[in-house]
Amino acid sequence: MKSPPMLTNKDVRHAVLTGFWFMFLTFPLLVIKVNPTEQTVTWRWANMLWVGGVSAVIALACRLVATRRAGRAELLRQMPAQTTHELHPFALPSRDRLIPLFGVIALFFIVFPFVFSAYQVNIMTTALMYVILGLGLNIVVGFAGLLNLGYVAFYAVGAYTYGLLHFHFGLGFWAALPIGGLLGALFGVMLGFPVLRLRGDYLAIVTLGFGEIIRLILENWREFSQGPSGIANIARPGLFGIDMSLEHSLVYQYYLTIAIALLTIFVVNRLRDSRIGRAWFALREDDIACQAMGIDTTAAKLTAFALGAAWAGMAGVLFAAKTTFINPASFTFMESAIILCIVVLGGMGSIIGVVAAALILMLLPEYLRAVAEYRMLAFGAILVVMMIVRPRGLTSQTRRIYHLPH
Amino acid sequence: MSHAHFFLIGLATLILSVGATGTAPASETIKIGVAGAHSGDLAPYGLPSLKAVQLVVKEINDQGGIHGLPVELLVEDDGCKPELATNSATKLVSSGVRAVIGHICSGATKAALPIYHAAKVLVISPSATAPSLNQDGEYPFFFRTIATDDIQAKTQVDFALQTLKAGKIAVLHDKGDYGKGLAEHAQSLIEQSGKAQMVLFEGITPGAVDYSAVVQKIKRSEAEALLFGGYHPEASKLVSQMRQKRITIPLVSDDGIKNDTFIKLAGKDAEGVYATGPADVASNPATKLYREKYKQIEGTDPGAFFNNAVAAALALTNALAKAMSADAEAVAHVLRTEKVATPFGPITFDAKGDPVGIGFSLYQVNNGQFVQIR
Amino acid sequence: MEYFFELLFSGLTRGSIYALIALGYTMVYGIIGLINFAHGEMFMIGAFTALIASSVLSIYHLPLPAILVLAGLAAAVWAGAYGFTVERLAYRPLRGAPRLAPLISAIGMSIFLQNYVLLAQTADFVPFPSLIPEFAFLEPYSAIINSSSLTILAVSTLVMTALTLLILYTRTGKAMRATAQDQKMALLVGINVDRIISFTFVTGSALAAIGGLLIASHIGQINFAIGFIAGIKAFTAAVLGGIGSIPGAVLGSFILGLTEAFATGYISSDYEDLFAFALLVLILIFRPAGLLGKATAEKV
Repeated sequence: MKSPPMLTNKDVRHAVLTGFWFMFLTFPLLVIKVNPTEQTVTWRWANMLWVGGVSAVIALACRLVATRRAGRAELLRQMPAQTTHELHPFALPSRDRLIPLFGVIALFFIVFPFVFSAYQVNIMTTALMYVILGLGLNIVVGFAGLLNLGYVAFYAVGAYTYGLLHFHFGLGFWAALPIGGLLGALFGVMLGFPVLRLRGDYLAIVTLGFGEIIRLILENWREFSQGPSGIANIARPGLFGIDMSLEHSLVYQYYLTIAIALLTIFVVNRLRDSRIGRAWFALREDDIACQAMGIDTTAAKLTAFALGAAWAGMAGVLFAAKTTFINPASFTFMESAIILCIVVLGGMGSIIGVVAAALILMLLPEYLRAVAEYRMLAFGAILVVMMIVRPRGLTSQTRRIYHLPH
Repeated sequence: MSHAHFFLIGLATLILSVGATGTAPASETIKIGVAGAHSGDLAPYGLPSLKAVQLVVKEINDQGGIHGLPVELLVEDDGCKPELATNSATKLVSSGVRAVIGHICSGATKAALPIYHAAKVLVISPSATAPSLNQDGEYPFFFRTIATDDIQAKTQVDFALQTLKAGKIAVLHDKGDYGKGLAEHAQSLIEQSGKAQMVLFEGITPGAVDYSAVVQKIKRSEAEALLFGGYHPEASKLVSQMRQKRITIPLVSDDGIKNDTFIKLAGKDAEGVYATGPADVASNPATKLYREKYKQIEGTDPGAFFNNAVAAALALTNALAKAMSADAEAVAHVLRTEKVATPFGPITFDAKGDPVGIGFSLYQVNNGQFVQIR
Repeated sequence: MEYFFELLFSGLTRGSIYALIALGYTMVYGIIGLINFAHGEMFMIGAFTALIASSVLSIYHLPLPAILVLAGLAAAVWAGAYGFTVERLAYRPLRGAPRLAPLISAIGMSIFLQNYVLLAQTADFVPFPSLIPEFAFLEPYSAIINSSSLTILAVSTLVMTALTLLILYTRTGKAMRATAQDQKMALLVGINVDRIISFTFVTGSALAAIGGLLIASHIGQINFAIGFIAGIKAFTAAVLGGIGSIPGAVLGSFILGLTEAFATGYISSDYEDLFAFALLVLILIFRPAGLLGKATAEKV
């Protein structure tokens, strides 16, 4: 066997140049700080040295990884085919090992509220809500390939459905949940109709516009939505009229969200393998070929919008019940972008990937709080790095093979 | 199923468990939470408050803490979003804070209050002005070191009607919960007074690149005074574009613009602008002290709500010390009964938790400084 | 009638501001089909660089025109450098990846750059000096238009013309068009595709930076979030006009700006954005590829 490839002089030179480039790049913003009114300038030269050093080291590390990987690829090519399996970083698990693992995960989620604090339970509930949202958007973007940048609109529809019904008619959570889902679906169709002819990025911008329109209406139509001051004192979900303390209510909501998330996983999984699910996949791959195969693309698109939006509507009801206060500030474009990140990062169309991505992306900022003010900086960088490392998402898509019964 | 799933799920579980075990061990400190927007576009209103509290607490700890116990700050960023605010509140409550200074926005505060209330944690906000927060006496442990919107709107409208003698008034706001709330109070006050006509009531889009269209509309409305509810970035853009278009009607705005940043941003156009704000600030030694300290550390003037946050921190730590306990009822009792020296002078709190001693006065920009005129 | 003209000019001012940013969006989209969400950040970085440069220079008491030119140059150079680096780091490794991967990478970059400026500079708004001198001949019309709006209007028209000429008549322009049509084919005929893409990013970012300087000078204040808000509008304008088309971006921007101004003027500024987006939806329903975009019939 050959020794692992080493770094050459060229790599070092490259790293040094990278360091200098970043020192140049960050010079005005990181080094100089001006006070325009008092006409004073602060020079922060130490920052420059830091940037140069750190970026050179990172560049060197990247080179090292790249050469290692190239070396391994070389080795793989030289080896006989059957041994390549062992070289793979993660060995393929057998079905026997899969079941205990799921058992462990299930156990973890069941005992979670008993082990961790109310805060941990609370953010886990939030993360699970994003699982539902991610899976809902996955129907539209992942399955049917319709890029939707205004998904948050349906989330808002659901939240305001519960908020307003509770405020005006005192309706409870359980009555509002299906209504929220239905109204979400209705709005999905409302958006779906005008955009049937649009493709790709044009669709993206119209959906973005739709999301903004919903938010602007909520913000400005005071008589209807109470405007930016929002709706307060929305009831938490009830359980046969039992009076619960806040702590217990949080735990109850946690299990409730798990139940709805599981229901979502189940339904989305069944949808994927259904007739309409196959139609969506065909639509995603090639809509012209899909039409040629006799699939009603209009119906397929509209059901995708409606079913995707229905989950967002229900998640919205959950959201309103959890925060007990809603205002339009929660439903900005950034929210849509984050949900889209979950879908893409999870691997478009993959259910388990979306679940994992939602948990990681939602819990990450919470635990990044250790780095406090650098939190969002790190979040942005992590998004970029994750996309570069795994551009197809966390889970690689394998096309499902159907066997004919003999 | 692909093999990568295991890795992922493992990773997620690992992140979780690391985070969970990372909570701090119990130690002998007095924990105070600080919650507000410390990132995102509302950070300019949250960060000065955080810095203010840190300054006050550092001073107290340097002098040996409260009855020998150091004060520990737990900082939570809610981005002014209600859903994040509930998470922050739950986190602060479950990590055992005795009191919270925050939140910054009324909406976030509204969402977080039920959680604090259930845990009997005292809350003192430096900047949440919505009157609805404590109207029905639902939250006996909620306090604030800022006067409410209705009082502020009354000051503005009285000034416009009585001093400026404006017969036609235009009211604009920034569509936010602070600005719009204030504008709506002003609207109803103008209508009630019967002395003036409201010729325009509109929201402008924050962050928009140009306000000339709405400025033309002000001109057409023939308003004799403009009331604006919102913050300094929009107010300064608005006043600059008005003056460019030779519209010289007086602008009366609120506490959200009464800071040095507004004067810097609007430059010479800031001259003559009226704003409401708490009285007697500049000459107070406490104000000077903390502003100087801030300047030493940060190199710039402190931003919005800095004084309010200093006042909140001083009032809270004083009450904690005097109550000889961290029980919310005892602390609330001290806050309601004993006066404490703050940048606004001595203040105390009424039954609802609103400050007594922080009223509103009117200021006008004169030679690059807000000067109290009434 | 006077009111109509006043609104018309404020619409044109807004439109030309959007146009300066939208041109960069449309250039990048035309070449690699990517919605570059970080483009608005280039605008913001350009404005900050110009602010820093002009403040440093004004301490040495340089004359105003010299400061304007040097600050503009610095903004263009550094924003160009940022554009180049962002493309190398975040988009180039993703060439050939699924279509949405670079989009997410762009969103990540946008979040990163905003917070980078927030941490490196400040979270609050900072005043931006008015670098554009007041033109004396505009004095009688000051109620309608001022010098900064006129400059922005002129510069955006100029830039649009220059870009159109560049793309239609130069070698680089030809290479850009070839790359936009088919990257593999362009490689085969000897075009350095990497260099063309880099060139597009650098030019687009430098333009955004010039826009940043002019617009910041018009508004008089900047902070780290201005790029994102203006970017969304400019992107809407680019799509409205037909994304990938240079005249389309300008046309879309003016239509958007005018819609907003007239909606504010005759209805209410409460709903100006609502009208803008409603118009977008309406136009795309009837012209699914935007006003000047080519509707490509897909052949099977």
